Amino acid sequence: MNTEKTEKFQSVLYLNGVTKSFDGFKAINNLSLDVSPGELRAIIGPNGAGKSTMMDIITGKTKPDKGEVRFKDNIDLTRHDEADIANMGIGRKFQKPTVIDSLTVWDNLDLALAGNRGIWQTLVFKLSSNQCERIEEIISLIGLSEKTEALAKNLSHGQKQWLEIGMLIIQEPEVLLVDEPAGGMTDYETMETAKLLKDIAKNHSVIVVEHDMDFVRALDCTVTVLHEGSVLAEGSLEKVSADPRVIEVYLGR
Amino acid sequence: MNLLQQTFIYKALQNDIFGRYVLSFVIIIGTVIPLLNVFAPEGSMFDITTFTMTLMGKILCFAILALALDLVWGYCGILSLGHGAFFSLGGYAMGMYLMRQIGDRGVYGNPELPDFMVFLNWDALPWYWYGFDSFGFALLMVFLAPGILAFVFGWMAFRSRVTGVYFSIITQALTFALMQAFFMNKLGFGGNNGLTDFKDILGFNIQSDETRSVLVFTAALVLCITYFVCKYIVSSKFGKVLVSIRDAESRTRFLGYRVEHYKLLVFTFSAIVAGVAGAIYVPLVGAANPSEFSPINSIGIVIWVALGGRGTLYGAIIGALVIGYAKSYFTTSFPDLWLYILGGLFVLTTMYLPEGIAGRLEQLRQKRNGSKNDPSTPAKNAELEVAK
Ligand SMILES: Nc1ncnc2c1ncn2[C@@H]1O[C@H](COP(=O)(O)OP(=O)(O)O)[C@@H](O)[C@H]1O
Ligand SMILES: [Mg+2]
Repeated sequence: MNTEKTEKFQSVLYLNGVTKSFDGFKAINNLSLDVSPGELRAIIGPNGAGKSTMMDIITGKTKPDKGEVRFKDNIDLTRHDEADIANMGIGRKFQKPTVIDSLTVWDNLDLALAGNRGIWQTLVFKLSSNQCERIEEIISLIGLSEKTEALAKNLSHGQKQWLEIGMLIIQEPEVLLVDEPAGGMTDYETMETAKLLKDIAKNHSVIVVEHDMDFVRALDCTVTVLHEGSVLAEGSLEKVSADPRVIEVYLGR
Repeated sequence: MNLLQQTFIYKALQNDIFGRYVLSFVIIIGTVIPLLNVFAPEGSMFDITTFTMTLMGKILCFAILALALDLVWGYCGILSLGHGAFFSLGGYAMGMYLMRQIGDRGVYGNPELPDFMVFLNWDALPWYWYGFDSFGFALLMVFLAPGILAFVFGWMAFRSRVTGVYFSIITQALTFALMQAFFMNKLGFGGNNGLTDFKDILGFNIQSDETRSVLVFTAALVLCITYFVCKYIVSSKFGKVLVSIRDAESRTRFLGYRVEHYKLLVFTFSAIVAGVAGAIYVPLVGAANPSEFSPINSIGIVIWVALGGRGTLYGAIIGALVIGYAKSYFTTSFPDLWLYILGGLFVLTTMYLPEGIAGRLEQLRQKRNGSKNDPSTPAKNAELEVAK
């Protein structure tokens, strides 16, 4: 459904020479990245490589010290805040599953549901029957049908991950940034997640950060290796895992 | 009957057992007590003294104030330690009207100026007193004075993302600064003495039992209306956004919600409600006093809500009623002990009733309902989690 929209530009996300220091420590160092419309991209790299910080920069949580961050070729993301960027169509799942603890599974999805975010609209908002069906559809997709009315805080870690993925999907963003989705999941669930993301990537751009190599292999897409805040290698999983510098980074510690 | 079931009030109360009890109690206080005060023969066992009735009226005003705080703190996580300021501003706006109603009946008999201005040798009414001869204008100011202050203050604070304890501290500073200002004679609000010696309201003698009865009834009515408005807000999608901001503010932004707009609207609304409470309180007690701005008063409101139980609305009312009544009992019987008791109560609440009275009531209800129905209740799920 997004194909005709996505053909209008070359890169959906374009980072060039991005640098960000925290107290002199360069978490992101001259980072460049180019994601084309409809692409599925995996980002790997050791802990502290700057993967989450990169997502913070794209989603407006962190402002880079220098460098370009562009959405659809010409929108400068560094000039927008989180809510703006989310409304432009960039959705995010956090590394630590972040759902709204004291709301039910249903209400979490209701909140994330694509639609007007204005204060007056939410005061008078009523779910349409289509929207209810959509929520139910997502709930069964993420396997939480039994838990519709359960509070999010009473879900297991894996279920929270699923809920957050559901929230991401129902938000209908054009670009999905997914930070370590498989944490706390069983092997089976991990593979299901990979399948789901591949499915979503058919008509969205998806960037996934993950450690689990089986998972990355199942995604079967271009892999970018981050190390010390910049790109160390990029290419197919076979290619990057044969790269001596990547082996050094992963095995050298 | 069907029509009745369609109404929001019916739906709102259907699943709100304790809310029903609390509101029924409020309605009884607001109707039976005034009626008995006015109609029961003096000295009979049914007679309610004017003192008791006034006390009840004051406590109902506190309950409105508690609701206002629960909406921002309990639902949206904004711990305002300055709600006393909004309450007082609403009170002063009403007080200014009542001052103008005195006319030439003051001690100095000046038809143009309130006594305190004559005393200060002022020769004209300051511009900001214009219009307060009109009840309608005063009522507008009851809304606008706290509303605009909250809007401007909130706009600056929320836009710069001042949150948590920092926000609480600046709200304390706000009410403290206003207290200092209102204590000054030259500000034109009566300084130390505040506004007092009121004669009548809308032409009715403000001291008479009948007028007070109406005020107490009004307090109960406004409390009920406020309850339903708050109930509407928290059950709307807007209310879910508020909870989302409380639980995970940053996440809410990433969902595309403009957190600062939500906070600003709910904070301003809450301040207006607090102002309305103050506007009923002032004619009841017969004075608007600058000490109402004192920081400790605002902290007191937080204690009511904490004891009653945050984020339930009816809990805030319980907290205000219980502490309001206890305060009047202890300050007459053991005046020196009251602050210690209040402090102790707060410590005990945080230790043994972290969810307040309302939280305990919900627990008891869940226990009584047993595990047979409603598989989604939090307690049950918690058990399931442990069992895994
Ligand atoms: N807000 C912050 N303040 C200070 N240091 C930070 C902040 N955010 C990230 N860092 C640092 O930046 C580095 C990269 O972190 P992160 O992006 O979380 O790595 P990754 O997600 O690849 O494991 C880490 O060393 C981390 O400590
Ligand atoms: Mg990370």
